[in-house]
Amino acid sequence: MSKVHVSTSINGDEVEFLCEPNETLLDVLRDRLNLTGVKEGCGTGDCGACSVTLDGRLVCACLVLGAEAEGHAIETIEGVAVEDELHPVQRHILEQAALQCGICTPGIVVAAKALLEKNADPSESEIRYWLAGNLCRCTGYDKIIRAVQSAAAEMRGAQA
Amino acid sequence: MRYVRAKDSQDAVSLMAAAMDPMLLAGGTDLLVKMKLGRAAPDLVVDLKQIAGMRDISPEAGGFRIGAAVTGAEMGESDALMAAWPGVVDAVELIGSTQVQGRATMVGNLCNGSPAADSVPALLTAEAMVRITGANGERDMPVAELLKGPGETTLQKSDIVTSIWLPARPERAGDAYLRFIPRTEMDIAVAGAAVSLSLDESGTVLAARVALGAVAPTAILVPEAAKALIGSRLEAPALEACAAACSAASSPIDDRRGTAEFRIKVVGVLAARAAKIAYNRAGGSL
Repeated sequence: MSKVHVSTSINGDEVEFLCEPNETLLDVLRDRLNLTGVKEGCGTGDCGACSVTLDGRLVCACLVLGAEAEGHAIETIEGVAVEDELHPVQRHILEQAALQCGICTPGIVVAAKALLEKNADPSESEIRYWLAGNLCRCTGYDKIIRAVQSAAAEMRGAQA
Repeated sequence: MRYVRAKDSQDAVSLMAAAMDPMLLAGGTDLLVKMKLGRAAPDLVVDLKQIAGMRDISPEAGGFRIGAAVTGAEMGESDALMAAWPGVVDAVELIGSTQVQGRATMVGNLCNGSPAADSVPALLTAEAMVRITGANGERDMPVAELLKGPGETTLQKSDIVTSIWLPARPERAGDAYLRFIPRTEMDIAVAGAAVSLSLDESGTVLAARVALGAVAPTAILVPEAAKALIGSRLEAPALEACAAACSAASSPIDDRRGTAEFRIKVVGVLAARAAKIAYNRAGGSL
């Protein structure tokens, strides 16, 4: 199998890599680029632990081929905090203890951030539907939803 | 496995014809899962997304042409499409999570051949036309002619569905799709029903189409169920006759998601409820 050469943008940096044609973006991010904040849960698009954005659109990295990243812009959990400043979603998840084992958390942060960029004031039911593809097996969802709601409120206040 | 971006649909057809076991890639939400689970091992994956028009929703002849790489999320963001074919858009948006919606396509949902594919009953009731480029050039066919069985379509090896055309919506017309799943999101239909209908000025149903999913080897149109609605204002006996016709037309399997008996019952209930939503969307009042 000859490798594919890919030029892409990851968290604003121009990145080049070689990957196998059947290698997923998830494996490229974790195993070739050491972006291990992107987690592998199911590998079949059911759990959302590998959530990233591709040209601003929320996707599962396990359902994208690395080769498909050519010419596109990818954002991962590693690009969410600005230097030492956590994103409000990250901070509220921490402050409200909306995580236990933490495996689902990077995907939830990326997904919730994408929601708040599209809809600054989502209802609880909109948040729950948006995050339905992010499975959490230990914290339960209520604390996560509350954290997203308070992050949204803070971000709206910050904009006013 | 090789990965190739097709330059145009003819290029894709040639690539597909020359490979042993090629697969097309649009959103990849079915293909990559099959590859992961060992259910597909293509020697060639042909990515369609760079082909001109594949990512476009374009007005055409009063309706809309939807390219093969248009995602569910993009369809949901098109106000014009939502206004014209809300049932089709609802059906497509029921597929998977937000993450899956960012990649999954309506054409992929159709070509994957699942009897439970949410978009297919809605496409059948919309009288959607599939545009195919193959070895002998381009052709159009009704969605029903593409359906064959679980995981199968009538497409030939080098055939590529490049788009689906949804016709112009008639005056006073509406459509709807409902499915049953045991949870509220992220599941595969146990049964699904789509209804598209149009009304006369008095609110009587002039024309109707009813289609079902997950209750037969493919999605099916049920003309008897449509006949039960035509001429009515969705009075109780008409809805009951529609539901009974749907149940009678169903030949589902028992599986871990639902029994055949349950599917036969619930598909009629869904059809009657979808008819009411379509009726209201058509401007009728119940």
